[in-house]
Amino acid sequence: MYGNDVIDPNEPLNAAETAAYDAAAEHDDQRDGRDAVGDDFDALLAADQRIEPRDAMPDEYRETLIRQIAQHAHSEIIGMQPEGNWITRAPSLRRKAILIAKVQDEAGHGLYLYSAAETLGIDRQELLDRLHNGKQKYSSIFNYPTLTWADCGAIGWLVDGAAIMNQVPLCRCSYGPYARAMIRVCKEESFHQRQGFEILWNLMRGTESQQAMAQDAADRWWWPALAMFGPPDTGEAAKGGHTEQSMAWGIKRFSNDDLRQKFVDMTVPQAQKLGLTLPDPDLRWNEERGHWDFGEIDWDEFWQVLRGDGPCNAERIEHRRRAHDEGAWVREAANAYAAKQASREQQQKESAA
Amino acid sequence: MSGATTPSTGAGAPSEPAQGERSWPLWEVFVRGKRGLSHVHVGSLHAPDAELALRNARDVYTRRQEGVSIWVVKADDVTASSPSEKDSFFDPAGDKIYRHPTFYDVPEDVEYL
Repeated sequence: MYGNDVIDPNEPLNAAETAAYDAAAEHDDQRDGRDAVGDDFDALLAADQRIEPRDAMPDEYRETLIRQIAQHAHSEIIGMQPEGNWITRAPSLRRKAILIAKVQDEAGHGLYLYSAAETLGIDRQELLDRLHNGKQKYSSIFNYPTLTWADCGAIGWLVDGAAIMNQVPLCRCSYGPYARAMIRVCKEESFHQRQGFEILWNLMRGTESQQAMAQDAADRWWWPALAMFGPPDTGEAAKGGHTEQSMAWGIKRFSNDDLRQKFVDMTVPQAQKLGLTLPDPDLRWNEERGHWDFGEIDWDEFWQVLRGDGPCNAERIEHRRRAHDEGAWVREAANAYAAKQASREQQQKESAA
Repeated sequence: MSGATTPSTGAGAPSEPAQGERSWPLWEVFVRGKRGLSHVHVGSLHAPDAELALRNARDVYTRRQEGVSIWVVKADDVTASSPSEKDSFFDPAGDKIYRHPTFYDVPEDVEYL
């Protein structure tokens, strides 16, 4: 943290720093009791054991995981773009180095996840094709623009904060490679959220216009961050959604609504500490529930952005395709070099024989 | 990134990998966390050759000094036991509990045993 003392390192700032993460990481080592359960899919799930790549599993389980892990991987690499926009304009060398490291992490997270998806028998190229031709989605949060430097702060604090809240339970996902990838990702995300909080913390202690910039960013990112947890899936809304099946399979551990509430409860005190006003007139502490009440999310906007009508949908995919196409010559050159080296080695072997 | 390019084929058309461009092979990555520990499998990646696989592994799996040594092995070169034969394959060890120290009855008051 470059020796700054604004954040007490002992205070959990996000879910990756709580006991929930430690428990999941510990659970990853399950040598004991493995044999007693056997190899049956349902028995393994019932015993809260991991399913591994070559185990027998229902087709729907496999398909659901491929879809979810792919969407997650796509979100990581598309998520490089909003902040990548600010690398050349970061306000200091320190901020630039941090931002480059963060964007590089997002690329790494995408790679962990594509590699987890490939263990299910799908090729990464196929997944990239599905992203490029719109058959698979990424998180709709990345279709919002980064208009000011404060947006880099708001993304780290709110978007990565919400992502961590979603991802910590996935460290206990029933599918081993996905759970292991999530443990790595959560460990690294923690720095992402802290650097975002620190950006806003500094702005809020700056000039009036810097404070206004931070407030404007919080105003624009708060509601999209809450929508990241997905549509309501408890009570009446539980019918017909994927949540119930995903929970039975041990892919999902908490409902969207539970995770959203946890996120609000963790984030409101942080906003108060920052001195930011969250843009929700209905936000108030509910003594009876022991939680923060919050207002209605605009789900029409969520579905609209998800369908492709967000501010940046076309730009994000266009940029992604262009980067992939323009990188083709590098991949070809690496292939040609590898082929040349291999044939040289072959010749040397033959002449030595 | 794995090999095949995706030509922009316009709205909705499924894109086919370009002819002639091969996908990079898959490599399994093993990292030694520090001296005294063995190399542990951490994941996989695509790379055109062993040298680039090592460099990519460094960038993907050791950005925070997680390792002091890396092995990369072509995934195709790994021979694995089959899950469907797991029972018969590991069976021979199942009825040899005398291989464990707890099998033996010894008097409780004997020290260092």
